[in-house]
Amino acid sequence: MPTTTYAGSAVPVDDEGFFTDPARWTEPMAEQIAKEAGIDTLTDRHWIVIRFMREQYAAKGTGPTVRVLGKTSGVSVKELYQLFPKGPAKTAAKIAGIPKPRGCI
Amino acid sequence: MADTATIEKVSIIVSKGSLEGIYPALIMANGARAEGIEADLFFTFFGLDAIAKKRWEHIKLATVGNPGLHLPTLLGGMPGVPDLVTRYMERKMDKLDIPPIPEFIEMIADTGAGIYACKASVDLFELDKDDLVEQVHGIITVGEFYEHAAGGQIIYT
Repeated sequence: MPTTTYAGSAVPVDDEGFFTDPARWTEPMAEQIAKEAGIDTLTDRHWIVIRFMREQYAAKGTGPTVRVLGKTSGVSVKELYQLFPKGPAKTAAKIAGIPKPRGCI
Repeated sequence: MADTATIEKVSIIVSKGSLEGIYPALIMANGARAEGIEADLFFTFFGLDAIAKKRWEHIKLATVGNPGLHLPTLLGGMPGVPDLVTRYMERKMDKLDIPPIPEFIEMIADTGAGIYACKASVDLFELDKDDLVEQVHGIITVGEFYEHAAGGQIIYT
């Protein structure tokens, strides 16, 4: 399994760079992952989504869909796409250090 | 990340007005945006029902002439059966977090996907812009559709 080094520690990731062990994620890693995903600066709005992803993963074992994010994270679908233009659910999951969500919706 | 070919843009043509004609197109457009792929939807012929205010809440599953349903044609044609089967399907979709068509169209528009109506079909059904939902970006000709679609993949559903 590949590993990537974030904030000075090596973490196991899958072929697409998603964390396979979310417990290894720490907040200081997020900025670096975001930059690699094409997001230069993480704003407070990004962080609302990132923390929500972590909470949902902890509660349900999988990341939320864009629809769920839009309805319950406090950030609308429109804004989600402004914050994460390359796909909110997947980009936010990567930055939040959780496995890739596999929903179709 | 592996260097593989990627799809950057899709234009999806929706020409059917049945539940099973519309949903796959919506799911594929929404799924494209979820992957960061640019997406446009082009509603033509009976596909216009999906974005026509008076019709979009009355879209049904085809219970006649739909072999995929494995329902005798005679039974599928009986009064009330299309509604019953449609409601059953909608309940199942709701459990999978698939939104109803009006909400789905709104969500897809919010993802930044373009929603277009075919001018020939709008004329054919004697509709105008006010008959269509507000998320429609424009009523465009086939030629204009091809201009929008240039450089991407075209999917016909």
